Amino acid sequence: MFRNQYDTDVTTWSPAGRLFQVEYAMEAVKQGSAAIGLRSKTHAVLASVNKANSELSSHQKKIFKIDDHIGIAIAGLTADGRVLSRYLRSECINYSFTYESPLPVGRLVVQLADKAQVCTQRSWKRPYGVGLLVAGLDESGAHLYYNCPSGNYFEYQAFAIGSRSQAAKTYLERKFETFMDSSREELIKDALFAIKETLQGEKLTNSICTVAVVGVGEPFHVMDQKTVQEVIDSLEITEERADQGAAMQEDRSPETAPMDI
Amino acid sequence: MNSIDATIAEKGLMSSEMGSERTLYPYVTGTSVIGIKYKDGILMAADMGGSYGSTLRYKSVERLKPIGKHSLIGASGEISDFQEILRYLDELILYDNMWDDGNSLGPKEVHNYLTRVMYNRRNKFNPLWNSLVLGGVKNGQKYLGTVSMIGVHFEDNHIATGFGNHLARPILRKEWHENLSFEDGVKLLEKCMRVLLYRDRSAVNKLQIAKITEEGVTISQPYSLKTFWGFSAFQNPTKGAEGSW
Repeated sequence: MFRNQYDTDVTTWSPAGRLFQVEYAMEAVKQGSAAIGLRSKTHAVLASVNKANSELSSHQKKIFKIDDHIGIAIAGLTADGRVLSRYLRSECINYSFTYESPLPVGRLVVQLADKAQVCTQRSWKRPYGVGLLVAGLDESGAHLYYNCPSGNYFEYQAFAIGSRSQAAKTYLERKFETFMDSSREELIKDALFAIKETLQGEKLTNSICTVAVVGVGEPFHVMDQKTVQEVIDSLEITEERADQGAAMQEDRSPETAPMDI
Repeated sequence: MNSIDATIAEKGLMSSEMGSERTLYPYVTGTSVIGIKYKDGILMAADMGGSYGSTLRYKSVERLKPIGKHSLIGASGEISDFQEILRYLDELILYDNMWDDGNSLGPKEVHNYLTRVMYNRRNKFNPLWNSLVLGGVKNGQKYLGTVSMIGVHFEDNHIATGFGNHLARPILRKEWHENLSFEDGVKLLEKCMRVLLYRDRSAVNKLQIAKITEEGVTISQPYSLKTFWGFSAFQNPTKGAEGSW
């Protein structure tokens, strides 16, 4: 029934110095469908894979606008993600009420991480089962952070979370050095390429991905589906040229839908 | 209701009444502050008098203070309330610095924060009895604003509080321009301060001028203005005024 006797309670240490419940929460992030983020000096782009749970249902929303200068992409328990995005929105709006200026991204991320940390140290709570990519713009330029259920946070040049995100990470690791000076359009293309990697041969269309941008002179917004499809089409043209003569990948039956409930 | 309950209720009422103490009128006050934008930043002037009612009680009250790296505040009104505001701002700047993340509050943020504090206190019927002038430069952007004890706030190219609003603003409207040099700015402020010294009975002839630019804040040592009291209009000031003797 249990993996061991130390994993029934968030606050109980294992003799090896681990908190199993926190680690399980980190696993929940990997169950969700993929979300990726990347940034240049001036722009940050988020993208996510939208998978519906059944043929009959629509997909869950995975990218949320927090304020004009901040947005998030989530992987894991969507319900937890929505609760956290409500918290982030209220922190941003309170800050701009008091100071009439946007909340620095890094400070918001620290507040969020502190909130997540509390859940790892209280017997009557559970950790959030969601990972957040926080993209935003402030005085010091564009930023991308990853917040995880353990209460840790990291700043990234580019990152991917969720199921099969390793493929996207590999792509991003190969190309990240050029991102700093990338244009907005190049970032969007790289975001879509990274998303494509996580699909493992499944066709990339605008109906299974969402892309959002924030940057200098451009408030955070989700790109409209038509524009996304146009970018995807332009990718395929360049890719066809590259792959000319390459063997068609064998058709894979779609895997079970991710647990983005 | 039995008698014990009645006593408790009475005590409750008593303690809540005792708990409400508020500023009903100011005690020690400072008079006008003037602030202007000039070529490289902001200049501010204020005298150093502290009036106890109409008595000129204190002569070395500093009413111009730096706030963080980018801002300068000048205050007229209740001096102890100003000191409380300075405590709030010290805490604000301390917590801002503690993030140590390269972000910092500029004059606009501090001004807006003060507006919230002032308006909040007046809504509790316990105002901070001041008119504040806030100036600063951040990222090449000059900022000059004011907020009153009831939370009225605005920005302008030149600002004066109290009597200065009546006596200095007209001069500033006529003579201020965007490209004032430091020397011309100081001259203009001194002209205003001299008028205030002549006509504002709570002004004293000991003032400071503060400058804030991208480089930081400098506040001058106290000094006096040259005055000339021999004008014929000063000989018999109430002559011809109705109801005077």
